[in-house]
Amino acid sequence: MERAELLEQATVAKQAQKRIRIHCCTSTGCQASQSLDVKKQLDNAIKTHNLGDTVEAVGVGCMGFCGQGPMVEIEDADSPAEKKHYQKVTPEQAESIIGSLNGSGEADAIEGDPNHPFFSRQLLIVREHSGRIDPERIDEYLAVGGYQALHHAIYEMSPADVVQEITQSGLRGRGGAGYPTGLKWATVAKMPPGQKYIICNADEGDPGAFMDRSVLESDPHRILEGMAIAGYAVGATQGYIYVRAEYPLAITRLQKAIQQAKRKHCLGAQIFDSPVDFTIEIRVGAGAFVCGEETALIASVEGGRGNPRPRPPYPAVSGLHGCPTLINNVETLGNISPIIRNGAEWFAGIGTERSKGTKIFSLTGKIRNNGLIEVPMGITLREIVEEMGGGVPGANNVKAIQTGGPSGGCIPDRELDTPVDYDSLRELGSMMGSGGMVVMDDDTSMVQVAQFYMEFCRGETCGKCIPCRAGTVQMYQLLTKLLDEKATKRDLDRLKELCGMVQATSLCGLGQTAPNPVLSTLHYFEQEYLDLLQPDPITVAAANRG
Amino acid sequence: MSVVTLKINDIDVAAEAGKTVLDAAREAGIRIPTLCHLDGVSDVGACRLCLIEIKGIPKLLPACVTEVSEGMEVTTHTPQLDEYRRMTVEMLFSEGNHVCAVCVANENCELQDVAIEVGMDHSRFTYRFPERGVDISHPQFGIDHNRCILCTRCVRVCDEIEGAHVWDVAGRGAAAKVVTGLNQPWGDVEACTACGKCVDACPTGSIFRKGSTASELDRDRGKLEFLVKAREENQWTR
Repeated sequence: MERAELLEQATVAKQAQKRIRIHCCTSTGCQASQSLDVKKQLDNAIKTHNLGDTVEAVGVGCMGFCGQGPMVEIEDADSPAEKKHYQKVTPEQAESIIGSLNGSGEADAIEGDPNHPFFSRQLLIVREHSGRIDPERIDEYLAVGGYQALHHAIYEMSPADVVQEITQSGLRGRGGAGYPTGLKWATVAKMPPGQKYIICNADEGDPGAFMDRSVLESDPHRILEGMAIAGYAVGATQGYIYVRAEYPLAITRLQKAIQQAKRKHCLGAQIFDSPVDFTIEIRVGAGAFVCGEETALIASVEGGRGNPRPRPPYPAVSGLHGCPTLINNVETLGNISPIIRNGAEWFAGIGTERSKGTKIFSLTGKIRNNGLIEVPMGITLREIVEEMGGGVPGANNVKAIQTGGPSGGCIPDRELDTPVDYDSLRELGSMMGSGGMVVMDDDTSMVQVAQFYMEFCRGETCGKCIPCRAGTVQMYQLLTKLLDEKATKRDLDRLKELCGMVQATSLCGLGQTAPNPVLSTLHYFEQEYLDLLQPDPITVAAANRG
Repeated sequence: MSVVTLKINDIDVAAEAGKTVLDAAREAGIRIPTLCHLDGVSDVGACRLCLIEIKGIPKLLPACVTEVSEGMEVTTHTPQLDEYRRMTVEMLFSEGNHVCAVCVANENCELQDVAIEVGMDHSRFTYRFPERGVDISHPQFGIDHNRCILCTRCVRVCDEIEGAHVWDVAGRGAAAKVVTGLNQPWGDVEACTACGKCVDACPTGSIFRKGSTASELDRDRGKLEFLVKAREENQWTR
């Protein structure tokens, strides 16, 4: 396919769109608050008001402000800058929203401020089309320039150029550990030609995190395009998306997207009539946190039990079925097409020196505005929590922020001015993680927080290696003993000892990082642990005797 | 065959390229405790007892899957490693129901041996006393899950040597256990060839051959009386 043909398809798709588009969020969060009914009523109202020529209601992906859903946004092609946001829209309000378009009355819905810091402080790269296009129609993706990066890569760049571009962009893995993406690609690309695989890790499982789900639900084609570019760059013809079964909407939309992309020759055999083949299949995981670990994920895709194995060999050398395999997180792959489209330099200009681009966080917990945000690296935690999130509701204050899920840690309020990047968070004993950000207020017991995460790890460990299988159980036990006010100094010492041992001796990342929530709360909030301690009966008895 | 030289505990060792540190150490007479390693089947690096320090690598690596390389400097025993090993064994004892006195493998048990080797005389961790079952549905063998340490030797032996793949692991975390067939009673699993390799592979008394415990002895008290009568009265039928 010629580039002109692709551009023409995009133009046709663009022209087919009506002047006024009413975006109605149909992601999981908003669907849970009846957004499908809202969409239906919007459609009905457009009919009854005879506005079908100029107005269309579009079921779109997530707009981010999930706490205020269902969200409805009105965009007028004549004045694209003046958007109208409605929050917590009920199906009954749909009629008045449509009525307000031709001036017959005011919209009877809560109007939000599109210039609120929650929106204005964001920088959208991965989520640029999220909430603006219908994820179930490839035309909408083509209309915003979709698959042009893939076309460009195949026809204008050599595989080595693509790898080079990704390397120069400074993109690091968004799954949490922050491994340089370009280096990973280069390693797989350097392996001798033959069967290679691309795997998209969509096994998001951190408590409080829903970024990957939202990206898949809102803009599935972007991930497919990213994978296809990766396939071309490293010489792989087969890709798998490993997504957990708890994400049924994401799975449905991905399936639709794969079919549509194949029909348009954006995927499958001879993409755009070039010699490049790339097929994508979905693998549904039963939902195990450990399957986010590369080697466990591979075992699961192979149909086996999701157990990790020792590395090396790394998947880049010997992965799926023993072949070189490139595993990238959803968000990492979401960054690929913009990098190819705008160039490495553009991407490298965003963020901090060692952390480039943006990061999506799911902001939850004790906070006024919760939802998804995509912010440039280097923004401070304070800006996120206080300006964008609107701080803690009620009279309480921020006590800590948990980032990185069960592998991360709690950052106390005094460190709120820390810029968000891989290295600063790690220095604070936490980590970027895949992007869960849970805000805690004064009322939160940090020992309970540690216990919660330990309970999670205890339940999610695969049970293969002893430190993780038995260590998490023992740590949970000790934390419970503390909270029951039955623990003595000895127990606390034992807990610390265990943290070190589990960290140093566990087989995979789950075990090695499981003690982090305990260690970070111990580091910043040790007094809370000490306050729970009971006098040691042996010492007391000795003193009484003495 | 190419050979590499490395240092293990400051001793110069020559080892065949491609061998593991564990092999090289054993050849040089240096003992590293292991439980999940079994000669002849693949290694999984699960028991974490063979963790070693290698100069220049910040992480501890399992000797059973780490290949030797030229100039490698390995330390197999440090106070820290010894402490971790002891804790690992303590945790093994506290997570199952290991009562040596009533175990078929008493005094012939690798878990016991390792406990002695790492100097574990008691566990500082809370005993969990889990509710685990015993399956004696197989005519020749039995499995006592109370004594299982999930080393998965049985799983690997059955899969890789016998080719029957009767054994596998089910469940997660503390609920993880080895299962036979599709979590059926062992006696119902048609794939089992009753070869007994799993019995030979098991490091503890978890998988055992029936009839080897004292309680299973079938004493025939009437036999003596019969013999006396037979000899005295030449009556040889009972």
